[in-house]
Amino acid sequence: MSIFIDQSTRLVVQGITGRDGSFHAKQMISYGTKVVAGVTPGKGGQLFEGVVPVFNTVAEAVREAQANTAVIYVPAAVAASAIFEAADAGLGLIICITEGIPVLDMTRVLPFVNERGARLVGPNCPGLISPGKSKVGIIPGNICKPGKIGVVSRSGTLTYEIIHQLSTQGYGQSTCVGIGGDPLIGTNFIHCLSAFQNDPETDAIVMIGEIGGTDEQQAAEFVRQGVKKPVIGFIAGQTAPPGRRMGHAGAIISGSSGTAAEKMAALERAAISVMKRPADVVPLLKERL
Amino acid sequence: MNLHEYQARDILRRHGIPVPPGEVAATPAEAKAIAERFGGKVVIKAQVHAGGRGKAGGVKLAKTATEAEAHARAILGMTIKGLTVHQVLVAPAADIASESYVGIIVDRASQRPVLMVSAAGGIDIEEVAAKTPQKIHRLGVDPRYGLLPHQALGLGFALYKDVAQARAAADIMQKLYTAVYAVGASLAEVNPLVTTPDGTVQALDAKIVVDDNELDRRPDIAALRDPTADAPAEVLAREAGLTFIKLEGTVGCCVNGAGLAMATMDLVKYYGGEPANFLDIGGSSNPQKVVAALRIITGDPNVKAILFNIFGGITRGDDVANGIVQATQQFPLKVPMVIRLTGTNEREGIEILKKAGYSAVSDMDEAVKRAVELT
Repeated sequence: MSIFIDQSTRLVVQGITGRDGSFHAKQMISYGTKVVAGVTPGKGGQLFEGVVPVFNTVAEAVREAQANTAVIYVPAAVAASAIFEAADAGLGLIICITEGIPVLDMTRVLPFVNERGARLVGPNCPGLISPGKSKVGIIPGNICKPGKIGVVSRSGTLTYEIIHQLSTQGYGQSTCVGIGGDPLIGTNFIHCLSAFQNDPETDAIVMIGEIGGTDEQQAAEFVRQGVKKPVIGFIAGQTAPPGRRMGHAGAIISGSSGTAAEKMAALERAAISVMKRPADVVPLLKERL
Repeated sequence: MNLHEYQARDILRRHGIPVPPGEVAATPAEAKAIAERFGGKVVIKAQVHAGGRGKAGGVKLAKTATEAEAHARAILGMTIKGLTVHQVLVAPAADIASESYVGIIVDRASQRPVLMVSAAGGIDIEEVAAKTPQKIHRLGVDPRYGLLPHQALGLGFALYKDVAQARAAADIMQKLYTAVYAVGASLAEVNPLVTTPDGTVQALDAKIVVDDNELDRRPDIAALRDPTADAPAEVLAREAGLTFIKLEGTVGCCVNGAGLAMATMDLVKYYGGEPANFLDIGGSSNPQKVVAALRIITGDPNVKAILFNIFGGITRGDDVANGIVQATQQFPLKVPMVIRLTGTNEREGIEILKKAGYSAVSDMDEAVKRAVELT
């Protein structure tokens, strides 16, 4: 098994005729993802690459091509609107790759998505891949291998580094999820940890966090209470400077909890094995499996 | 993007929030002229994107216009947390009866704008929050309905017993909330919100941080950017589409992706070195970005070795390699360079580097170790 995406994923690509959308649609098709539709307003009726029907709206893609998952590559200015549209069309899983969506737009998008019972992954994320089954997003398929390690990460290229460490040393992945680095995101560590815990084909979980916010601490508490599988963690930004802060509100709302040291301590308290560097991932997995 | 205090005060004023008068000056003579116009005592405040201005000597009280000129001369050109002061705000000194705090920030945990108020406002508000959190009142706002009148009034009463003052504060909070969405702010603060001896409620000082992602659709706000307020290398990086933060070490880092860039800095430290910077060339792979990155890194005299760590996804190895080669044709690097290149178009990239006389490694630890040894 895997989490969130597998062979039953029927994907509609929003922005399929754009520069990024078309490039990655081809990559996903060649990986074996079932890309059943594309959406670009005004280009309905065309065929992408001679095979994938393009529709004017997501609702049509759902009705005509039975899409059940959307991936969004449209420009930032219209990306929030694309998420609204996908959720309104009844899709259960929406992956937004686009970066640069204003955070205030997300304050309106998230309640809308949640009320419709949809899951949003991202925005500003590399998407997800269940190696050998389906790839939705931009994670390079060639660095992944099918296997039993679940990977969840706030980062993009750092995730590739860790996947690369795993694959080249014989540890394949059940699913790799890039949840995105923006302040407001649809799917967080806890959602993924919970899904991996319930996935019979995931034996261990690697979570990759970074400085800022308190998501990692909440995830650690969740692990302490309910994750029985081994968890290996990494926090990027141990040497990052505190930066020149202007306002007080950030400090008031989160105290000192955003630092790498505080987060690593929280992971350790939850019996998560903490990597000091990406190359520690396989040695730590060997200890725990 | 950070706004200056005077810019934030203008925005508040435009949204109908009572803000006491004040004008901005770039020279001591201008400060004197403004002080003469106001008459009486004035405050001279450094306009710089850093907190703790008062404690750094960037805020001074002047009894006369001549004294205002002298204070402005001392403050203009002063450095606060590495940033030079180019402008001062000159404002009549206000008689203050009480100081409160009002702030709005988008909270990651609740995924909502959160209003925070405290009757214990002023410069020590963070200490108040840490030691006596019960003195901070918080309210998560449902963005679909906005800040409702009874919610604002409830918070107004948390600040003032007097109903007229509570209503005035509530009105300010609602206007501040409107301003947040109108200018695309990720943070807006009034600190202090003051009452004067006659009981009027006013926003004495304001801070606004605008979400960079809002700037494309708000050219009027983007135009408020003050390029002299940031470190020159950071301005150069922003114009080239890079994210750059200068640090104090000797290993100049050039990485694709923020997470990998931070992990690279951490690994430099792990092997006993110190990173000279954080630099993320981003997801796309324009060779010109690499040229700009190398220009910025080599401009730092502390750098003793340059470290590239590229894991190609969207970024292509050949583009990065072409950028490196182009840069070396345009200006001397002066220090040794270690290149780690793997992922998309790795082979093409290594081939390009080889022709130019450079080699690349594929392992991150090996590259970082080698770069640290060179410093």
